[in-house]
Amino acid sequence: MPKKYHIETKVTAPRFPAVGKFSTVERREDCAGSCSKCVKKKCVYNVFKDSYQHVITMDEPEFLYLCQSCFRCVQECTKGIFSRVVNPDYILMGDEYWQPEIINQTWFQAHTGRIPVSGAGYRGVFSGSGFDAMWTDMSEIVRPTRDGIHGREYISTSIELSRKPMRLTFDDKGSLPKSLPEITEIPIPVLFQPPSFGVFSEKEVVAMASAAQRLQTLMLIDAKDYSSAFYCFDGTMVPRVTARDYKEYVDIICLSKMLEIADAPGVEDEFPRLRGFKPGLLIAVGLPLDSKAPSRALELTIAGVDTIHFYADDNGREIGSGSPRPLRDLIREVHKKLIDSKLRSTVNLVFSGGIAMAEHMAKSIICGADGVVIDIPLLVALECRLCGLCKTGGSCPVAIGEIETAWGSQRIVNLIGAWHNQLLEVMGACGIREVRRLRGEVGRALFLEDLERESFAPIFGRRTVPCE
Amino acid sequence: MNTVQPEKALPEAVETPSRFRNPIGKFVVTRNSRCTGCGLCASLCPHGVHIKPEGYAKPLPPRSERCVGTACEKCEYYCVARCPNKALSVSFNSTLETMGDYRWTPEMLIAHWHMAETGNLPEVDLEYSLGSSGGGFDKMRFRTPVPSEYIKISDEVIDTSLDLNRRGDERPQKTLSLPCYGGGMSFGSTALNVIVGRARAAKRLNTMTCTGEGGYPPEFLPYAEHVITQVATGLFGVREETIQNAPVVEFKYAQGAKPGLGGHLLGDKVTPEVAAMRETVVGSSLFSPFPFHSVYSVEDHKKHLDWIKEINPRALLSIKVSTPSDADMVAVGSYYAGAHIIHFDGSYGGTGAAPDIAKKNIAMPIEYAIPRIHRFLKAEGVREKVCLIASGGIRNAVDAAKAIALGADGVVIGTADLVALDCIRCGKCESGRGCARGIASTDAELGRMISEEYAEQRIVNMYTAWRKQWCEILRQYGLRSTRELVGRSDLLVNMDYLDEAERAKYKPAPQNKLVI
Repeated sequence: MPKKYHIETKVTAPRFPAVGKFSTVERREDCAGSCSKCVKKKCVYNVFKDSYQHVITMDEPEFLYLCQSCFRCVQECTKGIFSRVVNPDYILMGDEYWQPEIINQTWFQAHTGRIPVSGAGYRGVFSGSGFDAMWTDMSEIVRPTRDGIHGREYISTSIELSRKPMRLTFDDKGSLPKSLPEITEIPIPVLFQPPSFGVFSEKEVVAMASAAQRLQTLMLIDAKDYSSAFYCFDGTMVPRVTARDYKEYVDIICLSKMLEIADAPGVEDEFPRLRGFKPGLLIAVGLPLDSKAPSRALELTIAGVDTIHFYADDNGREIGSGSPRPLRDLIREVHKKLIDSKLRSTVNLVFSGGIAMAEHMAKSIICGADGVVIDIPLLVALECRLCGLCKTGGSCPVAIGEIETAWGSQRIVNLIGAWHNQLLEVMGACGIREVRRLRGEVGRALFLEDLERESFAPIFGRRTVPCE
Repeated sequence: MNTVQPEKALPEAVETPSRFRNPIGKFVVTRNSRCTGCGLCASLCPHGVHIKPEGYAKPLPPRSERCVGTACEKCEYYCVARCPNKALSVSFNSTLETMGDYRWTPEMLIAHWHMAETGNLPEVDLEYSLGSSGGGFDKMRFRTPVPSEYIKISDEVIDTSLDLNRRGDERPQKTLSLPCYGGGMSFGSTALNVIVGRARAAKRLNTMTCTGEGGYPPEFLPYAEHVITQVATGLFGVREETIQNAPVVEFKYAQGAKPGLGGHLLGDKVTPEVAAMRETVVGSSLFSPFPFHSVYSVEDHKKHLDWIKEINPRALLSIKVSTPSDADMVAVGSYYAGAHIIHFDGSYGGTGAAPDIAKKNIAMPIEYAIPRIHRFLKAEGVREKVCLIASGGIRNAVDAAKAIALGADGVVIGTADLVALDCIRCGKCESGRGCARGIASTDAELGRMISEEYAEQRIVNMYTAWRKQWCEILRQYGLRSTRELVGRSDLLVNMDYLDEAERAKYKPAPQNKLVI
């Protein structure tokens, strides 16, 4: 039996206490003092005892926000001296898209390697825009996956990054060619790239590359940033070059199995020269995910590119538009354009920008991506708070540039281990055991617009408020 | 006219204060040191905020949870204005900012605690029928009633009963007094006193509760006619006698909180008692697989039902499924396989621990599923032959009424029962020793925080209040029975489908930004 893909996670504690959500506030002046029923002694989570230890060691005040929200101290104190407050630092993390809850859950996954689990049902908003306006399907009674989630080792999450011949070709003698193009696969549908901010030292990028190597995926990096520190990851690294400068990096290109060249007029003319440097070299083209992306994708596909990497903005929106569309819609548009041209199966599409949670990876694939490229979640796994201080010249509150690479690498492996498990959960529920079959399988998804039209329009008529 | 049978009349509500000495309210009343103990506030307040027992020098600490706050300002008995020493103040309770979530807002929680305590709908200005989720039930309203439609009849003559057997087969009819029953919560995941308390409440309310997949503790036997035995994929605790005990047997194919994922009871919760009931090993995590490995077609499904029918000739059969895109086909298939009740559990509900990715993303919310299933069953000509039950994110009496108006015959409730028992929805059901508030825990100490009697009465009280709400809704539209409300989606409006002028006539839902 072939070896099954497995991600080895290991609990890797953060260097700094996580930014907590809530704290209890005491009106000490009303405390009865030495009360035999003191709620602090009874705290199920030992928050008060732990806080005392932090006070003794004069820790940073984050320990004040470890409250687990059971409210028993608030409701049981004989003098009623407790109330609660929200940690103002928690609210300030991230932005409208990268919400504090996403950051918090990413930290949890990077710490434990486990998927976030909670009780009491769903607690969030009904729906939203983009990926929040779709649900994934499940099967029951008829056509469920035979092994379900408990046969998870039989679910494949591998994707290809090499161009796929559409048919067998024969030589003049009617024989198959001696060598067929090599198929390049990665076992998870996610690649890495350094984020556009928050990289203070090479250690962070090395941690990302090391994790990519352990996970058997690939890491994109600007060729100008390639240094000797990455030589040990050469099969993992994908240098990013431009049509103007690639000749300066021939030695790096020759070390790599894949490169990404930035899109530019006539870039496809460079493909033969690039492949000439190293036979079998995979060529990806990176281009902005704008209104021209679908037609450009078609041109590049016809020109023989292996993989196309589309860059949305950090919040998963269209580039260069006054009213940008979300990644969900853009992926569908590109995918459909290639389907209509009967070329979708020849090329691989990966998307980056705004992939913040495991569900975004699964939903991107359902919408038509082969895989995704992530950046900011890697930084968050290294404890980034997305406070934005570094963008304005401030210092990093968690000194992210000073991490140990082994620690960082394990945190990222943990995060992807948790994402991988969540992808398996979604696929298991869908009854799909092969992530390549999930690609573009919109029949295994439920879109807000469709549900509103099919379920509500017959009752309520015409919507006057557009679906987000 | 249908009336509630005397022997099935709803029980009396009995005031049952919270287990916790400091209940949380919308307002905080503060009495400062200027108070001289004159007792004027106690004599004035009609809401019972201020109490000065005979012989006490000063009033007891204010019962803030009873304060109606700003609604009182114009009243002559407004304590803050009348206090001769200006010792009193009223303010919003800022702790509410740290409580609840988009679906169960702080006010909805507080209102349900009030209902569970008193059996009445809240007098305080609390928005308890709309959450901040921004969609689904929170976008729907009952249309503005026409005054001439109103019928002036008492709650006693309004029929809220629900027939579970509409097939007209040889099996007995079972009629519940409420259009709802309790969802499955297993022995092991939830404290024994809680699940037995639910069964006791179900008996008094003449409705039902469900074992979940944890076996059938002997404590259920006195209430056996009101306990559904669940047969789920792990078959934990399923024995011939537990099937024979039950008036209704529920096959759980999937559940809304984790559709397609099966179940998982953490090893910490597998105590010797739980292990004995489930015939497993102490401390070892228990997985309920997904799916039933014996069912891959409607024909297999029928085989399952026939098996139960053979073992218990009087049992009605319920099929609990989640809400996939082909929910309507599942419904029809289940009917033809022989089910009496088809129970759809939407994706936003659930009480137990589940992966967050599943709770948010897998399967459709129940609001979308109900009308499409209702319409499809009608088109197939079998709608009148099945009892269609909805659950998963039905939080309050108005949600339940909306679900019925969309096409369900009744609803299944889980979370609201737990909220009645002081659940605060912290979501930490699975962590460490389990629920810190003693609800979802089998811990030796935490699992005994609630008595059966307390659980029973609080739940009875909450449904008593809910029934009052249903009766008021029915009266407004000239209806005398919840059966008449089934499928009356013409009584609903959706804010996203109204023009601006029309939308302005309806109360907006709260739009709080919450930390969850």
